[in-house]
Amino acid sequence: MAFQPVKFYQTGTFTVGNRLLDEQQRSVQAQEERSNSLNSGHRACQGCGEALGARYAIDAAMHATGNQLIAANATGCLEVFSTPYPESSWQIPWIHSLFGNAAAVASGIAAALRVKGRGEVRVIAQGGDGGTTDIGFGCLSGMFERNDDVLYICYDNEAYMNTGVQRSSATPPAARTATTMAVGAQPGNVFGQGKNVPAIAMAHDIPYVATATVAELHDLEYKVKKAMGFHGARYIHVFVPCPLGWGAASQDTIKLARLAKETGLFPVFEAEHGEVTSVSKIRRPIPVEEYLRPQKRFAHLFGQEPAAEVIARLQTIADRNIKKFGLLDAAA
Amino acid sequence: MLKQIEGSHGVAEAVALARPEVICAYPISPQTHIVEALGEMVKTGALSPCEFINVESEFAAMSVAIGASAAGARTYTATASQGLLFMVEAVYNAAGLGLPIVMTVANRAIGAPINIWNDHTDAMSQRDCGWIQLFAETNQEALDLHIQAFRLAEELSLPVMVCMDGFILTHAYERMDVPEQALVDAYLPPYEPRQVLDPREPVSIGAMVGPEAFTEVRYLAHAKQMSAIERIPQLAQEFRAVFGRDSGGLVRGYRLEDAETVVVALGSVLGTIKDTVDELRDRGVKIGVLGITSFRPFPLAAVRAALAGAKRFVVLEKSLAVGIGGIVATNVRLALDGLALKGYTIVAGLGGRAITRASLHRVFGEAIADRLEAVHFLDLQRERVARVLEREEAVRRSGPIAEGILKDLGTVASRIG
Repeated sequence: MAFQPVKFYQTGTFTVGNRLLDEQQRSVQAQEERSNSLNSGHRACQGCGEALGARYAIDAAMHATGNQLIAANATGCLEVFSTPYPESSWQIPWIHSLFGNAAAVASGIAAALRVKGRGEVRVIAQGGDGGTTDIGFGCLSGMFERNDDVLYICYDNEAYMNTGVQRSSATPPAARTATTMAVGAQPGNVFGQGKNVPAIAMAHDIPYVATATVAELHDLEYKVKKAMGFHGARYIHVFVPCPLGWGAASQDTIKLARLAKETGLFPVFEAEHGEVTSVSKIRRPIPVEEYLRPQKRFAHLFGQEPAAEVIARLQTIADRNIKKFGLLDAAA
Repeated sequence: MLKQIEGSHGVAEAVALARPEVICAYPISPQTHIVEALGEMVKTGALSPCEFINVESEFAAMSVAIGASAAGARTYTATASQGLLFMVEAVYNAAGLGLPIVMTVANRAIGAPINIWNDHTDAMSQRDCGWIQLFAETNQEALDLHIQAFRLAEELSLPVMVCMDGFILTHAYERMDVPEQALVDAYLPPYEPRQVLDPREPVSIGAMVGPEAFTEVRYLAHAKQMSAIERIPQLAQEFRAVFGRDSGGLVRGYRLEDAETVVVALGSVLGTIKDTVDELRDRGVKIGVLGITSFRPFPLAAVRAALAGAKRFVVLEKSLAVGIGGIVATNVRLALDGLALKGYTIVAGLGGRAITRASLHRVFGEAIADRLEAVHFLDLQRERVARVLEREEAVRRSGPIAEGILKDLGTVASRIG
């Protein structure tokens, strides 16, 4: 009998579900032996992108290392909601020291493991965008520059959510935060500021840099597993919507993460030793307005008189990313 | 083995003998020679297994030390002055987490005005951070205290700061007795952590603690440090049994018998003070010295016992608590609660100002005659101060204070007296 391969309409995605995928492609979360590293019972908000991202990322890293993993965590939402004394959601060896030193603490753990001949045990550092792009940036760059054997994962929700939604250097232009108020002639965060930490990580020539979103969890798992295949400093920047801080519906977390990627505002790519090696293509480019509109932090752009000029500037940023990373197929 | 070496090198040898597994270092004078020597030992393989990590700041140095110690490695770092201040958040954190890191502080002044020379302001700023603080009087004691420090830190699971005077000790070449490895191994067992990050037995370290338990956690930190009051003299005794010399302990008295006046101090200045006291004793003056080795925990009972029979005490300290005067003096007074002793604070040696026997004779004489002011600044050049005050009175835009003083002073070259 001739073998007829099944052809799915939604090619190139995992939306067909795990059962129909090759075992290797199935999510770690679909496996009985998943580690539940960040166990249920934690106190993240409903729809928290960071909790979702961390769960998939750490379980994937556990899977990749045969459960030989230690994590250092920066102060922030992830730390606070996971370890209110005397409870802990972490089923892995985990340390929280300070807001700005997760990368350095991880370097110290890696050094201790090396000296003790425990090379099989791998180290992850993780933090939010504030702990990564701002206060922890010095330690992060130091860890990169020394090429310490650490995977650093930044869960980027584009502001200081734990302290009440203040601006960070990852906050996008025009976004309202508690410190970039939606008032005055130019409401929200200013244009032309902030820093692109994935690009800065690449400038350190470290073995592996990747971006990902919680809309594509298979891709996140794949990148974490791939990162664990390298030794030396690695960096994954995960886009994690925050319903509370963004003024978005909690059921829209995945949708917003997908829109951020599909508009081109958040380019999803991989890089090795400073060179981009792959990008996640945009299937149908979507105008930034569709991403901005459901979020109250951009509500001031859609008043009685929509701020067309500001929206156009944001579209320019998206278009520039699309061009720079080649996010569209030539045919599209 | 007797060696004629620099204090920093002696300390580096002591640290190496303690078999540290992770050393992280960020350079700051006058700490540099210690970590340079250790780095070389690691690079040549003389100190192995050991990881030597060049970090990008003191904040990172202490943070790397936190990670390494939490993962079960015997961990060492060294700093001074601005460097100690730059790592303060992590210094408190290491103590709060109960990680037995040993750190040398090559004592140096704090700016502004920037000043690389010795005083105790850096260490004193961290007196309440939860670290045990031991002050070395000599290079030999600095060497010995490091060996004791690892033992003390690991027994109590608390970090220990060994303070030694920058330049005066760190850069002085002296005869030092560097012990044999076998003796150090006999005194200092391998590090067995109380808590360790290990996939074989996962734990969460550094959880958030609210009002319901914060007081208890902090009380335990205090109780544990207070237990060092008993342990420090025992470890000094054991040290004597193994190495054959006195080093460490809580306090050390000198010519305290029938002393009416007792000078209290920390660190290398005790040598000059003892010489001065010898001369005064030769003249029949009833004066003695109390050196404090353990500043944290502060040995209230030992200080009280040493001073109780005296008529007055003079605290000579290389630090200044702006707005009140002495730091050591305030602690000493607490030890003397209810006793009718006159007390004087002499702030001396700030930013490397030389402390001479001539000046000590003068101020001790004034103290003995009870003519000394309560807080006295040794060798303060009052006319220089007056000129600044006059200028500030005369013009609003009087300019930077330090620059004004230096202009008045003219060429200073190497004048530090």
